[in-house]
Amino acid sequence: MLVSLNWLEQYVNLGNDTPEALAEKITKTGIEVDAIHHVAQKSEGVVVGYVEDCYGHPNADKLNVCDVNVGEESLQIVCGAPNVAKGQKVAVALPGAVLPGNFKIKKTKLRGVESNGMICSLNELGIEEAYLPKGSEDGIFVFPDDVEVGQSITQYLNLDDVILEFDLTPNRSDALSMLGVAYEVAAILDEEVKLPLIELDESNEKATDYIDVDVQAKEDNPYYGAFMVKNITVKPSPLWMRNYLMAAGIRPINNVVDITNFVLLEYGQPLHAFDYDKFNAKQVLVRRATKDETINTLDDQERVLNEEHLVITNGEKPTAIAGVMGGSDSEVDESTTTVLLEAAYFEPKRVRRAVKDHQLRSESSARFEKGVDPNRVKEAGQRAASLLQTYANGQVLEGVSEFDQLDRSHKQVEFTSARVNARLGTSISDDQIGIILDKLGFTYQQDGENFVATIPTRRQDIVRFEDMLEEVARIYGYDQLDYTLPQGAQQAGGLTQKQSLKRYVKSYMEGAGLMEAITYSLTSEARSQQLVSPEVASVHPTPVRLSMPMSEEHSTLRLSALPEMLATLSYNSARKQQDLGFYELGSVFVSKELNVTKQPEEQTRLAAALTGQWLTHAWQQEVKKVDFFLIKGVLEGLFERLGVKATYKPVQMDGMHPGRTAQIYIDSVPVGFVGQIHPLTQKAYNLKETYVFDIDFDHLATVYDDVPRFEKIARYPSISRDVALVVDESVTAHDLIETIEQHAGHLLKSVHVFDQYQGDNLEDGKKSLAFNLLYLDPDRTLTDDEVEASYQAITEAVAKEHQASLRS
Amino acid sequence: MKEKLESLKQEALEQIDQAQTADDLQSVRVSYLGKKGPITEVLRGMGKLPAEERPVVGELANKVRQVIAEAIDEKKAIIEEKAINEQLEKESIDVTLPARPVHVGGPHLLTRMISEIEDLFIGMGFEVREGPEVETDYYNFEALNLPKDHPARDMQDSFYITEELLMRTHTSPVQARTMNAYKGNKPVKMICPGKVYRRDTDDATHSHQFMQVEGLYVDKNVRMSDLKGVLNQFAKQFFGEEREIRLRPSFFPFTEPSVEMDISCKVCQGEGCSVCKKTGWIEILGGGMVHPRVLEMAGYDPEIYSGFAFGMGPERIAMLKYGIDDIRHFYTNDRRFLKQYHQA
Repeated sequence: MLVSLNWLEQYVNLGNDTPEALAEKITKTGIEVDAIHHVAQKSEGVVVGYVEDCYGHPNADKLNVCDVNVGEESLQIVCGAPNVAKGQKVAVALPGAVLPGNFKIKKTKLRGVESNGMICSLNELGIEEAYLPKGSEDGIFVFPDDVEVGQSITQYLNLDDVILEFDLTPNRSDALSMLGVAYEVAAILDEEVKLPLIELDESNEKATDYIDVDVQAKEDNPYYGAFMVKNITVKPSPLWMRNYLMAAGIRPINNVVDITNFVLLEYGQPLHAFDYDKFNAKQVLVRRATKDETINTLDDQERVLNEEHLVITNGEKPTAIAGVMGGSDSEVDESTTTVLLEAAYFEPKRVRRAVKDHQLRSESSARFEKGVDPNRVKEAGQRAASLLQTYANGQVLEGVSEFDQLDRSHKQVEFTSARVNARLGTSISDDQIGIILDKLGFTYQQDGENFVATIPTRRQDIVRFEDMLEEVARIYGYDQLDYTLPQGAQQAGGLTQKQSLKRYVKSYMEGAGLMEAITYSLTSEARSQQLVSPEVASVHPTPVRLSMPMSEEHSTLRLSALPEMLATLSYNSARKQQDLGFYELGSVFVSKELNVTKQPEEQTRLAAALTGQWLTHAWQQEVKKVDFFLIKGVLEGLFERLGVKATYKPVQMDGMHPGRTAQIYIDSVPVGFVGQIHPLTQKAYNLKETYVFDIDFDHLATVYDDVPRFEKIARYPSISRDVALVVDESVTAHDLIETIEQHAGHLLKSVHVFDQYQGDNLEDGKKSLAFNLLYLDPDRTLTDDEVEASYQAITEAVAKEHQASLRS
Repeated sequence: MKEKLESLKQEALEQIDQAQTADDLQSVRVSYLGKKGPITEVLRGMGKLPAEERPVVGELANKVRQVIAEAIDEKKAIIEEKAINEQLEKESIDVTLPARPVHVGGPHLLTRMISEIEDLFIGMGFEVREGPEVETDYYNFEALNLPKDHPARDMQDSFYITEELLMRTHTSPVQARTMNAYKGNKPVKMICPGKVYRRDTDDATHSHQFMQVEGLYVDKNVRMSDLKGVLNQFAKQFFGEEREIRLRPSFFPFTEPSVEMDISCKVCQGEGCSVCKKTGWIEILGGGMVHPRVLEMAGYDPEIYSGFAFGMGPERIAMLKYGIDDIRHFYTNDRRFLKQYHQA
């Protein structure tokens, strides 16, 4: 909503505040002023001039030489505008004038002819092009005849006006009108609202002789009033009205249209003017449209209607979509002489439906959608009729033809000052509350601390105590409230164990060298199928798709963060950042229903991806590429810190390297996978060798060791033994370690691989794996015999179970 | 005898002085102090001396022995130090050459922002609650006083999955869920951070996915001045002691009265500049007193209980705090962007 202060001044005394100070007051009280526009920078020395004569320039085809009376003298001015003509009243910048943009006017000679000033267009005077009346974009501005020659143009063109741009919240539709704003400002400044004067000089003929109103859809249209105005002259509206409309961002068209727009802005009540002759009936019939009925609206579009839409008809065919837009068949134009003026109340829901179905928002619908003031509908019609009488020479017929079942009752809200103070934390006196209600223009009854306020119908947002509370609080001033802290019982705040674990895991991942990424949860359906961890894939999740995605790219809920993370790697690689390690801890969405009806299971998963070089130290020629065992190391470090032991088994997965991917188990529960992405996946994402993992954080959070038990620091020496075993290639390190751990006895503290060898001195198809065995008893010194016994048991067991021989 | 010992001493000290290496010293030690050395010999031959001379010569012999041993040790230390110095000289490096980088990652800026906000509210006794990102229509809208035909509930504005399921458009449903879980008879004091989704085209100021941190406090006798006090405390801790706050009336369906909170502009100290659109104030968050309908639906009697709620956007706050010009940076995960916020 754009609010012209010059216009607003007509309804309420604005006092001496600067526009900025006024805007600040309005903002602090409840309506945010988003911006303050000054219509034009000051133009000094621009006056109204009368073109006494105008003839062609002797030396230039496109120029004219004009003799212009500027009050006390007549000046010769050369003008290049095509529309300049003898007899016009125009804006003349006198020598010495300064126009916006610091453009100084001087006496000069143009092609040999003296020119003592400049005849100006509105644009040159600093008015934004968007607000200029139709047809006046090019060329000079021509004033109506009633302006006085020699006077400054400022008052005529409203150039000193300041416009406040309101950012209205949905509840404050009352401020979608100048009068509504006037009530708001009056409350803030403690002033009275001056309502417009309506003086009707009605003729003897009755409106009802010309038009009947028949409303069939009574719920949709509880009030319809039809006013009749005869013998009008369609012409430009008065300059002041055009100025106000332009200030409000509405382009002036002609007096009839301008008057309906003016009253729409003044009262917040949309009106519609039909050309009565083109309407071509003595009856207005309001009903629901029938299926596939059509109407050509004013914007030259054919609209196909249905039973959900309310239409105004002449008894035969639709002439308007109620509250939204009129039809072109009955449009007012230059030849119109009789106007049928509609002032009605349309149900917000009905209007909203038409707006939505036809994607057609208008100044009218914006107000009907919120609900107009039922007590101002008819008055607004009368106001427009009186303006038509004055500015279109119209003859207003007596009365109005109407249908009326409109509820105009006022709501009442009861409250006590004690409750107001208890909720606000204030100590506002009863008298002060009374004063606030007076300022708001609410009538009320008071008995001590008990109030019953009657709410004006323009404020449909106020229905209960809390709404009243806000009214009192905002007029009292939010900045008058104290700063207090809650008095209730204090509780300790904090994170849950799982939330703390999330933070721990994140900081571990960062310490391990990875950066946190946050990618989109919505991905393409194709990507949602990629790199889904085997234990998730095994439940056959249905990709959860949005019903109306904005793009295929973000159409489907992810089952893994990895595809979007690979896209992130790709994005960075393409920008010469090829050495990357990212992780993300976030939700994936698993639904097992074929047709989704319930919320999918939201699993928190930890995903990571590494690519490029992990270590580069240029001048020492040290380079270490990322590899499987690096990413596995990141995982193992995590598992160690969570006190869980994971096992790895080779797995085949779409999109992953068949020989370099492992499924991860914790206590035989599958929790994710780790591996190298397939060369084809690499290629699809434009990446080099890339390693990833994706694990189920929720499961980790249930099995991790949250209170590690104290373990004695060993006081006795450990004994270390090495064993190198030769086995078939197909035997994994994991297989051997499992057997070793099973047979070594309780003294074996740890076993780890320190060498793998294939090649010379070994048969084809064989490999050697060397293990370091560490024995320890925390309570005593071990003997060699004990260790030797365990060693024997191990070698026998691996020979039996894996045909392993000792490497000589 | 005395003369002999004196000359042995002189001889040995000369040789020690001339020794260049640890080996040279060792041979001096062996030749003078060894079992077959001249001093031992003197001591052995003491039996032949008259009884009264023996103690005198014995003492002298031991003294000479001691002097030689000390001289050897001294010289040894000098030789070792010299060797170390030579070694160190060989080992010297150009300390201005670049370091071997230590690989450390870092958190996403949004995670940092959210953790910081969480910690401040935890300090004020708030718990952190989370909830599903795919929500039911009931919790996302209805329980928050946005009935089905509410204008703010256009299908166009939300990512619906079915008529009843959608991507949550705010984290407020977590508030409704928590109140429901507390069954209307226990105070609620919580914040709920998380991802939310709106049907917006991504551009410099819009993102179809973004973060929110909302807060809720419901108890008996909660006052609007408490909201003001808590938000003031938060703003001063988060943005700095010198920042002023102001509350303005606003509108949200789930609060009444509703407020928007501004903080004084840091760039211009409230004078008015381009960052604050010449107002001197920057909008930071929205909030208000919990709407009685919301309390009722969650089983809290609005005659007994009252509360306040607020919500803020970590992206917006980060953009203001760090002067970030485009919201898409948060989700592009450009390493060059992320790295800037790994700093302390």
